[in-house]
Amino acid sequence: MNIKSSLYRKEMIYGYLFILPPLIGFLIFVLFPFLYSLYGSFTDWDGLGQMNFIGLDNYKDLLTDDLFYKAMFNTFFLMLGIPIGLLLALLLALGLNRKIPGTTTFRVIYYIPVISSLAAVSIMWNWAYNGDYGLVNQFLALFGIEGPNWLANKDTVKPALIIMTVWKGLGYTMLLYLAALQSISRTYYEAAELDGANGWQIFRNITWPMVQPVTFFLVVTNIIGGSQIFTEMNIMTPTGGPEYSSASIVFYIWQKAFGNLQMGYASAMAMILGIFIFIITLVQFKMNERSAYDGD
Amino acid sequence: MSYSQKRKLTNSIIFIVLLIGAVAMIAPLLWMLSTSLKEKQDVFALPPIWIPEVFQFSNYTAIWEAGPLLSGIQNSLIVAVSVTVIGTFTSSIAAFAFAKLRFPHKGKLFLALLTSIMIPYPTLMIPQFMMFSKLGWVDTLLPLIIPGLFGNVFMIFFLRQYLLSVPDAIIEAAKIDGSSYFRLYSSITFPLIKPAVAAQLILWFMGIWNDYLAPIIYLNSPENQTLQLVIANFNATYAIQTDYPLIMAASIVALLPVLIVFLIFQKQIIESVAISGVKG
Repeated sequence: MNIKSSLYRKEMIYGYLFILPPLIGFLIFVLFPFLYSLYGSFTDWDGLGQMNFIGLDNYKDLLTDDLFYKAMFNTFFLMLGIPIGLLLALLLALGLNRKIPGTTTFRVIYYIPVISSLAAVSIMWNWAYNGDYGLVNQFLALFGIEGPNWLANKDTVKPALIIMTVWKGLGYTMLLYLAALQSISRTYYEAAELDGANGWQIFRNITWPMVQPVTFFLVVTNIIGGSQIFTEMNIMTPTGGPEYSSASIVFYIWQKAFGNLQMGYASAMAMILGIFIFIITLVQFKMNERSAYDGD
Repeated sequence: MSYSQKRKLTNSIIFIVLLIGAVAMIAPLLWMLSTSLKEKQDVFALPPIWIPEVFQFSNYTAIWEAGPLLSGIQNSLIVAVSVTVIGTFTSSIAAFAFAKLRFPHKGKLFLALLTSIMIPYPTLMIPQFMMFSKLGWVDTLLPLIIPGLFGNVFMIFFLRQYLLSVPDAIIEAAKIDGSSYFRLYSSITFPLIKPAVAAQLILWFMGIWNDYLAPIIYLNSPENQTLQLVIANFNATYAIQTDYPLIMAASIVALLPVLIVFLIFQKQIIESVAISGVKG
């Protein structure tokens, strides 16, 4: 064997050695559980006794499960916060992108909720939404509005959660928009100004198309994150809210799997969630590939 | 009105809007702080008191007796430190191999790892729970620690991207010199990517510190719970007694470490997050 091929051999061995831990981790903690979850979704798995194969029964039962529909509906309803958050964040980013004093301070303040513990801020909002003494209703009282008992009312519990998630995520979204705005070349704007374009035309034809990849990225990551919402309701409405109106799909999976030990049934829901997120991510990968050819 | 005057006016209006926004963002947290410094009955004062006449720091001494807060902090630290330190090592060395070493099927193996980004934790948590319960690890910190030690795919992905922009020539030269591959990683590559690694490590640490779903599945005994579960239990227990100052004080304690880390490293963290978004 010559020196060159022995060098390659050595490189190959070390290469495999260095990627071995994440590969083992992938096999044990991702691939195996995923396949097991898939198999479990076709059984009457209860975590204790034998697993009996029952075909598509779990999936059929889901079709007639009102709580499953409710949890799905709630999860998607809460995603109404995504466009609201994106719009607010873009407006804020446009403001911050101008030469204004205190930009760094603003960025930091808007970002604080993002890094704050979700459990802690859920506890805080739980208190803020208190019907009699909470911050939200006391603020509304300044304008003579008598606020509801937000979390105890099935019509207000979801808007309450949306307000909270928008508040929590705004800093992150704004930060990404700001980075995108700053990367737009000045020359576009200068050319547009020479042509006498007004503010709205500039926004419509330059800014908006240029930040579109970030908008897309944010929509996708927000959908992925939003479909897994759990901590908020677990802390603020531990029973799933009035008439189960704030239970999310992960909340329902968690209840079924670890509360009722219906692990097969919960696995079926977990598979549906998994497939949904898999498709969303795949779309993003494809779009990224395409935009990579567009010259960044 | 001249152009520059108009511009000044617009900027002033925008500044005021941003200021109102900033107040709205920070007000709930200040409210939390203010509540934590009140006496139990003062939280029901109408109109509300923002700055209590006397700061009740006694809440901050009472919380340590009121629940297993100290063990919660210890448990969270054990999980977050062990995972981020060891996991960062395994992730960065794997990223180095994926970016700079040649071996067959590299691309396919990397793609396989990437698929784990597409599979959400709730889809995996039930079998993972059964695995760990077979090992007798339920109600210990091990299920929260062990998976992380094998590395973090996001970190591998990000560091690999970062390493691709490092010229190969530096590494090829060292290869020919006969440097061992571990030294190639530790003394040549790692110093180059240290800032990126640090930012990723901090983000990961914050993620683990704030994690809630995995801990709630595994940890039952109060003394084994992580900080986030401990404060959630504070909320459940003391809300009935309407002892909001106590709850808020405990929550502030849970929030503070990450907030301090953020305020110290805000520049690096914000930059790192902004880059990861732009690159998609």
